[in-house]
Amino acid sequence: MSDLEAVGRFNLRAAREAEWHQLDQLVTIAEKKSPRALSDEDLMALPVLYRSALSSLSVARETSLDLELIVFLESLCARAYFFVYGVRTSPLRRIEQFFVRDWPAAVRSLWRETLIATFLTVVGAIAGFLLVRSDPLWFDAFVPEGLASGRNFAASTEYLRGTLYGSDGKDWLSIFATFLFTHNSQIAIMAFALGFAFGVPTTFLIIYNGGMLGAFFALFGARGLGFQLGGWLIIHGTTEIFAIIIAGAAGLRIGWSVVFPGEASRLDSATAAGRTAAIAMAGVVVMLFVAGLLEGIGRQMITNDLVRYAIGSTMLLLWLGFYYLPRRTADG
Amino acid sequence: MADYAVLHREQEARSRRTLITPEGVDLSLRLADAGQRLSAFLLDLVFMLLILIAATVVAALIAVSGGLWRIALIVWLLGFFVLRNCYFIVMEMGPRAATFGKRIVGTRVVARSGARLTADAVIARNLMREIEFFLPLSFLAASGADGAGETATTIIGLLWTCIFLFFPLFNRDRLRIGDLLAGTWVISAPKRSLGFDLIAAGRPANRLTFTPEQLDAYGAFELQTLERVLRAGNSEALTTVADTIRAKIAAWDNVPDVEFLNAYYEALRIHLERKLLFGKRRLDKHDR
Repeated sequence: MSDLEAVGRFNLRAAREAEWHQLDQLVTIAEKKSPRALSDEDLMALPVLYRSALSSLSVARETSLDLELIVFLESLCARAYFFVYGVRTSPLRRIEQFFVRDWPAAVRSLWRETLIATFLTVVGAIAGFLLVRSDPLWFDAFVPEGLASGRNFAASTEYLRGTLYGSDGKDWLSIFATFLFTHNSQIAIMAFALGFAFGVPTTFLIIYNGGMLGAFFALFGARGLGFQLGGWLIIHGTTEIFAIIIAGAAGLRIGWSVVFPGEASRLDSATAAGRTAAIAMAGVVVMLFVAGLLEGIGRQMITNDLVRYAIGSTMLLLWLGFYYLPRRTADG
Repeated sequence: MADYAVLHREQEARSRRTLITPEGVDLSLRLADAGQRLSAFLLDLVFMLLILIAATVVAALIAVSGGLWRIALIVWLLGFFVLRNCYFIVMEMGPRAATFGKRIVGTRVVARSGARLTADAVIARNLMREIEFFLPLSFLAASGADGAGETATTIIGLLWTCIFLFFPLFNRDRLRIGDLLAGTWVISAPKRSLGFDLIAAGRPANRLTFTPEQLDAYGAFELQTLERVLRAGNSEALTTVADTIRAKIAAWDNVPDVEFLNAYYEALRIHLERKLLFGKRRLDKHDR
């Protein structure tokens, strides 16, 4: 066998290997640090090197049986492809986009589901209120014992008043922590994630959440503390309940898209809905965080009912404005 | 006998997915297998746990030395929340689209459509992780801490986790529920270095010659299997392969195994590649 017969194959490695290694180095730097670590010349060279590597891959697949070479080129081309055609914005820029554009847009696009979820919450609240009014035993059915923490029909009016103001021996921190991290997040995320079971569990969760509200109002209202409870709830409740409603809306959107996919395939439809809903959910987490702050700090510091109402209403207006006020879009 | 070459080709076809670049080349991406997915996730859990432990120690030190236990606790709680929710999301949003665990096993997240991986997809796939893994885990922890023997909750929690945990095994594309909903999949794209060519210059000249009939004994699949064996350099495997080839082509019993195999590899590859240039790709020894 003379070397002449091997010329084609040797040429590919010998002629292009330096370029492949240069591309490999550039992509490695970009992956390890960031694209900004590359100099201007490198950035200009990258697409050229990438296309050259792609053509090497095509040639190697058609003319060579050198497995090592083909596997190397496939891996190199895939890495370079994802860099060349991949993410162009920095994480910071993405976060900014999320707050300025994506989050309100996602929530806005869920408006129909949001209305339904709001309606369900109201229905749940009225049902809870009426049921507990007719028979106080219903209270325990709506409010789990751990959450009620002694607030039930057996408690004295003075005790109930105490839970609305002051810290009644409890540390504000523990309230802050338990509420923010367990109850709210669980209900919200479950309402979202269970949406893909055709939205049925989501619907139940939303109604139940409303029912709990109604049950509390029935209890405190029976003792003439309805207005005060409103203040206690509204300071963080407008943010928190709104967040849970949006989470429920996100779940309903996914359920709806699975049941009624329309023109798209069921999977594509669920994917589209899942992405929108996911953005809204990230926003919900932010809202719950704000609600936790209002609840943990704001409510413990401010015990005046009117100020509580003012803060709560302002928050609601802020959220509504943030989501639904028309704004200029980036692309005109 | 359904032979290895066919099995191997089928397996390759099952794990490969077409992605045509705008330049018109098929990258034929390889999906990450279940083992890679699991080890990446376990690695990430270990990392998160380590970060959590380190943060806890720091918070405890601050709390003890400064007496600021409230602030330390708040910071810790927030840190835990951020770690649990943002670790995967932030890392997969980066240009590498992979967490530390995924980097180590050489996988990355890719949009199924082949388009750019967007933030919403990353958020969607990782928020579903919350119900796939963290939620049942917290249920288990809660029922365990209660000690009330709520076996029903525990069993349902375990069942729940198992359904989601094994979901990737029950579909062709190895999708999690999160991948399903976000329109993503995880591919294996490790960083590789290019090994030397087995027929490189500078190697001892090839003294052995083979007849065309001897070279027609095998095809590309056998050639590349031989390449793997030569690169691995396991002497037992070398002997077995050398004996098999010698028996098949009935020649060169007197030459040492490695020398014989290298020579045969070189001759066979040049033979097959020449045919390739004429448009004849011989897939394996049964392919005529």
